[in-house]
Amino acid sequence: MKLKGWKEVTPGAVVTEGGSALKFKTGSWRAFRPRWIEENCIQCLFCWIYCPDMAVKVKDGKMTEFDYDYCKGCGICALECPGKKGNKAIIMEEEGK
Amino acid sequence: MAKVVAATGNEAVADALRQVNPDVSSAYPITPATDIMQRFTSFVSNGKVKTEMILVESEHSAMSGCIGASAAGGRVMTATSSQGLALMWEELFIASGTRLPIVMALVNRALSAPLNIHGDHSDGMGARDCGWIQLWSENGQEAYDNTIQAFRIAEHMDIRLPAMVCLDGFIISHSIERIEYLDDAAVKNFVREFRQLYPLLDMEHPVSYGPLILPDYYMEFRRAQAEVMTKVPKVVLDVAKDFEKISGRKYGLFETYRLDDAEVALVILNSAAGTSKDVIDSFREKGIKAGLLKPRLYRPFPYEEVGNALKNLKAVCVLDRADAFGGSYGPMFADIAASLYPYRERPLLINKIYGLGGRDYMPSHAELVLNELVEIAKTGKAKTLKEYIGVRE
Repeated sequence: MKLKGWKEVTPGAVVTEGGSALKFKTGSWRAFRPRWIEENCIQCLFCWIYCPDMAVKVKDGKMTEFDYDYCKGCGICALECPGKKGNKAIIMEEEGK
Repeated sequence: MAKVVAATGNEAVADALRQVNPDVSSAYPITPATDIMQRFTSFVSNGKVKTEMILVESEHSAMSGCIGASAAGGRVMTATSSQGLALMWEELFIASGTRLPIVMALVNRALSAPLNIHGDHSDGMGARDCGWIQLWSENGQEAYDNTIQAFRIAEHMDIRLPAMVCLDGFIISHSIERIEYLDDAAVKNFVREFRQLYPLLDMEHPVSYGPLILPDYYMEFRRAQAEVMTKVPKVVLDVAKDFEKISGRKYGLFETYRLDDAEVALVILNSAAGTSKDVIDSFREKGIKAGLLKPRLYRPFPYEEVGNALKNLKAVCVLDRADAFGGSYGPMFADIAASLYPYRERPLLINKIYGLGGRDYMPSHAELVLNELVEIAKTGKAKTLKEYIGVRE
């Protein structure tokens, strides 16, 4: 992407395009990585609702996988995950381990 | 038909705001600005304006409320003084960086400590580089006129920057003067309908405010903001021309008083300029070529025009009603010095700090300074470059 010059930027840094977060991959910020444990998943989609970005991929009404291009590792999905019978379906693991 | 009234500076600003009838105001009381919002909230309660009034718990929230309302698409105003402005500090930069044309009356008051509620310019001078347009006012009439013009300047499509209108605490805010009010309809017509560039509430065109801008783009946004500042003086003059048509009152980037053929001059802001003009007259009667320059548009500072107006003088004193601790000189002195720097031939400059915390500025102070300037013009030598006047040893 060619970077814009100062005469081309929007006044006040207002973002005038909806859904432009799609263009910015922020996965490299992550220190902790969510891991999905399918057998503990009840498909409540809390992870999808709570994810502040678009890191939870849903197909046909079901969680299918994480999109690590957009996951900053905030851990909200793991915190909110009710799991099954006390076992979390999402756990956070340190990157690089 | 214009109406002549006896009103305080605060009352005049409140009436100007009533006539502008902004969409939203978010404010918190602080002496000596309280009176503006007290009067304005009465207008809200009595149905004189349609403004949505947000009463908040601090000035930090007051300016935050203004920012939100302005981004949403409203015409927004507030008022504050001293510590209130200080508490708004981070929001001031957010308002200007986001290019939100909020109008604020700043009733100038000394900053703590020591605690003081009276007029000086330390609050406005402290915020002079926060990206807001600053218009300074000598008296209640100018505060009224500047408030109305500030909306047109701030909201101009080439500008879109917040603007503060400064007036001296108590000396102007609480003193009754003869003031000419414009018709409500004339003001309404003058300020026109407000249209936000990117209203958050426009559901058809969704926008996001306040994104994170990293080193790859931050400088481009700042460069663009600096460019907008260069366009302000022309807009200020255009708006002044339109304002003259409805009021008969002339405004420029600054006011000169008997300056054209002057050899010595004072540069001084706000109410003390009024006091000084009388003294200039008495010096002129004695055959001394004395004059005065009173800045009006202080940010952006019209360096070129001010330098041009002062360059042929022999000696000039910049009187600052605020000090810049550790900066050697008062804040306005530094601006005047920068205005004159490009000229090989230029007047000798001295700096006096006066009137802090509401200390009276007397005609005798102006006389003392003008006599010193006459001596400097004669000898070509200045004894003291900067000193406090009206202070006990």
